[in-house]
Amino acid sequence: MNSALTTQVGQLARRSVIRTLRQPAQIVPSLIFPMFLLAVNSGGLKSVTNLPGFPPDSYLTFALAITFMQGALFSVINSGTDLARDIETGFLNRMALTPLRGAALLSGLLAGSLMLGLMQALAYLIVGLAFGAELTAGAGGFVVIIALSVCVTVAFGTIGLFAALRTGSGEAVQGLFPVFFVFLFLSSMALPLNLIETPWFHTVASINPVSYLLQAFRSLLIEGWEPGKIALGFGIAAALFALGMLGASSALKTRLVRT
Amino acid sequence: MSPADRHPTAGFRTVARAVAWRSIHNFLNNKALLIPALIFPLFFFASFAGGLSAVGNVPGFDFPSGYTAFQYCFVLLQSAAFGGVFTGFGIARDFETGFGRRYLLAATDRRGIIAGYGLAALARAFVTWGVLTAVALVAGMQIGGSGIDLVGMYTLAILVNITATLWASGVALRIRSIQAGPLMQLPVFLILFLAPVYVPLSLLSGWIHAVASVNPVTALLEAARGFISGDPTVIGLAFALGIVLPIAFAIWSRGGLRRAEAAG
Amino acid sequence: MAAGSSVDGTANSAGIEAVGLVREFKKGPRAVDGINLRVEPGEIYGFLGPNGAGKSTTVLMLTTLLPPTAGTAKVAGFDIVSEGPRVRSAIGAALQEAALDPLLTGNEHMRLQTALHGLGKAEREERGRELLARVGLTKAADRKVGGYSGGMKRRLDLALALAHQPRILFLDEPTTGLDIQSRTALWEEVARLAREDGVTVFLTTQYLEEADALADRVGIIDHGHIVAEGTPTELKAEIGRPTVEAVPCDPGERERTAGVLARFGEPGDAGTKGAAVLLAGGGTELAEVVRALDAEGIAIETLQLHAPSLDDVFLAKTGRSLEGAEEATEEADDARAEAAEAA
Repeated sequence: MNSALTTQVGQLARRSVIRTLRQPAQIVPSLIFPMFLLAVNSGGLKSVTNLPGFPPDSYLTFALAITFMQGALFSVINSGTDLARDIETGFLNRMALTPLRGAALLSGLLAGSLMLGLMQALAYLIVGLAFGAELTAGAGGFVVIIALSVCVTVAFGTIGLFAALRTGSGEAVQGLFPVFFVFLFLSSMALPLNLIETPWFHTVASINPVSYLLQAFRSLLIEGWEPGKIALGFGIAAALFALGMLGASSALKTRLVRT
Repeated sequence: MSPADRHPTAGFRTVARAVAWRSIHNFLNNKALLIPALIFPLFFFASFAGGLSAVGNVPGFDFPSGYTAFQYCFVLLQSAAFGGVFTGFGIARDFETGFGRRYLLAATDRRGIIAGYGLAALARAFVTWGVLTAVALVAGMQIGGSGIDLVGMYTLAILVNITATLWASGVALRIRSIQAGPLMQLPVFLILFLAPVYVPLSLLSGWIHAVASVNPVTALLEAARGFISGDPTVIGLAFALGIVLPIAFAIWSRGGLRRAEAAG
Repeated sequence: MAAGSSVDGTANSAGIEAVGLVREFKKGPRAVDGINLRVEPGEIYGFLGPNGAGKSTTVLMLTTLLPPTAGTAKVAGFDIVSEGPRVRSAIGAALQEAALDPLLTGNEHMRLQTALHGLGKAEREERGRELLARVGLTKAADRKVGGYSGGMKRRLDLALALAHQPRILFLDEPTTGLDIQSRTALWEEVARLAREDGVTVFLTTQYLEEADALADRVGIIDHGHIVAEGTPTELKAEIGRPTVEAVPCDPGERERTAGVLARFGEPGDAGTKGAAVLLAGGGTELAEVVRALDAEGIAIETLQLHAPSLDDVFLAKTGRSLEGAEEATEEADDARAEAAEAA
């Protein structure tokens, strides 16, 4: 039984990775777009480093954390549209006629997200460092940032799967992009929490889990090793993953009504 | 009199009205179109004006009407531009599904089709701006400009909307598929964000200052900000661009229409 | 086998039996409204009906992808509700959409499908090669499916449905949108599967000639009910006998022509120029009619055989022809689609 599940996950993971690699339209924007915004924002908000209490001297270092979150956003859309396409074309029905288990389907689909997350994280970090961003946590921090980024990307990928299974429509999944984009904005994305003056915005940003994910990345870039902040970041990613998988599994049961 | 002679022909205005009616009707009756058009600019406004309000304390930032009004102008022009792009999405979808062919067959004066879409884009923009302005005023936005200044500001926004619609329609009519979406959207996004979005031009430095200095959106944005603060600036350049750009993109769009006609 | 009795319920069965099968959608009409059918092992059963009649919904239930609202069915001897996984292990299905991933190659599809069915690595490769060769896709096997023609996609779809050697094959409108050549090739393969491999085939179609050419027995469905069932010949014979209409070259020979034709059956309805007869012995008598006319020295300008078609059967049973039925069921189709989405 275990070997059948392993085979299923393996085959679906393989398909997910192949599909992702064969869609440059998925990979290129998710690499280019965050780095473009990084360049624009670090140039446009450079003067913000003059504000008393702003952590680093370099806005580039501060803003680099945002790219990982934007990459995760693309993961929602890419994993969701791939699965939505399977639903729309009937490919999910084809798989439903095999002994495939729901858990295997979801796990396999996330392999593409994992691979994309890895590519993104390496690209952002290498380019950021090349342009002068700091990495106070050093070589170890490099590895942890990559790991955290992959975890966050996969966690967000589960949200994409949930959306696809719930709606069955690629267009509906694409419609989530602005929603999540906005969700990203309502955080400590552009300024640290202590410098957000508008009370309601400060409240929203304080409860937005994205702020603490950003904090985890920034702690490695700016401060060095802050175990509490790093653990909180991984914990939030794990919680998002669990919630996303729960939602996706439930939606899969409804979508795949086979007897 | 032959049947063809008896059949009434629809001129430019009639066609434009008919096309505009359908687009506006669909926009107002389709939550999937209406809600994002309203929500997205509001969230940008909230994020920039709310989340970045501390930027108003940066040494050298001395915009008289405050950071909220500063960001309002950017979101106004951004929503104008993206309203045009989303209208382009609708055109692409219409031509992909074959509905565009229905327009081409029925309309005597086909330029009215583009005009109709343009009217619809403006109508959508007015709805969005109405909501955005109301929210901005509730949020305490200060307006230093007079009524004429505000007319000037909204006129610039209208011109930006028209320009973006003509740009997007030209792409949509050439490609005639919703896959043209990123091609319509990306240049607009780039040109908007390579402008003084967060701080005035004088507080930018390095490559971004160089790029923003030659970016036409910078003049439009600075003029809008000048209007709202009651200190009009670069209005000559802004309105010159506001006239030249729509003309240039009207030619672009007309070329797209010819391609669509040739494709049948 | 007595009516109402089930087919052999052991794991070796390759038949289908449905009793009172119903599928209702929330806030919608009944897409399937009490279907009883039985398909014998090794038979090709054609399920004929216009769009929106309930064909695909029936297939989805029998392949366990949609639970029935009421009624029972056994496929390959297994209950479709309580023994879903066992049903799926015994069947293959090529549903209405080709359901292929445009980014994967034919080989990659085959590898995935065989692996998901639990075939071992060596067996997967051999089976994949064999099936792709059988459907004529060996050369295209390493190309992405996005570049395949419609006919190639359907052939790959069929090959994938056969990956695990199912006893029963469901084909839901397999030739819709295909050109004549591709359609004929698919018919030949389906006929061969039944004839040589003993696969039971449940085929839905809206094409009369497809049901006529392929099916051993046909069930005609309309508005969720089976309105007629039998072999194509039986069904057509129920409606009427074939008519021969002959128009002589010399209009003056019309009466003599009618006299010759009268030897073969009752007079039929002819135009003003010719004579017609309802053949008592069926279409096989046509040669005799020709010989008789020739023996009398009557030169014939046109000779036509009008045989009842399955469309005539549909018309007799429902009051509409199959083509006309499409427009009439459009509303029902839309309602069903909306209801399915809401569900």
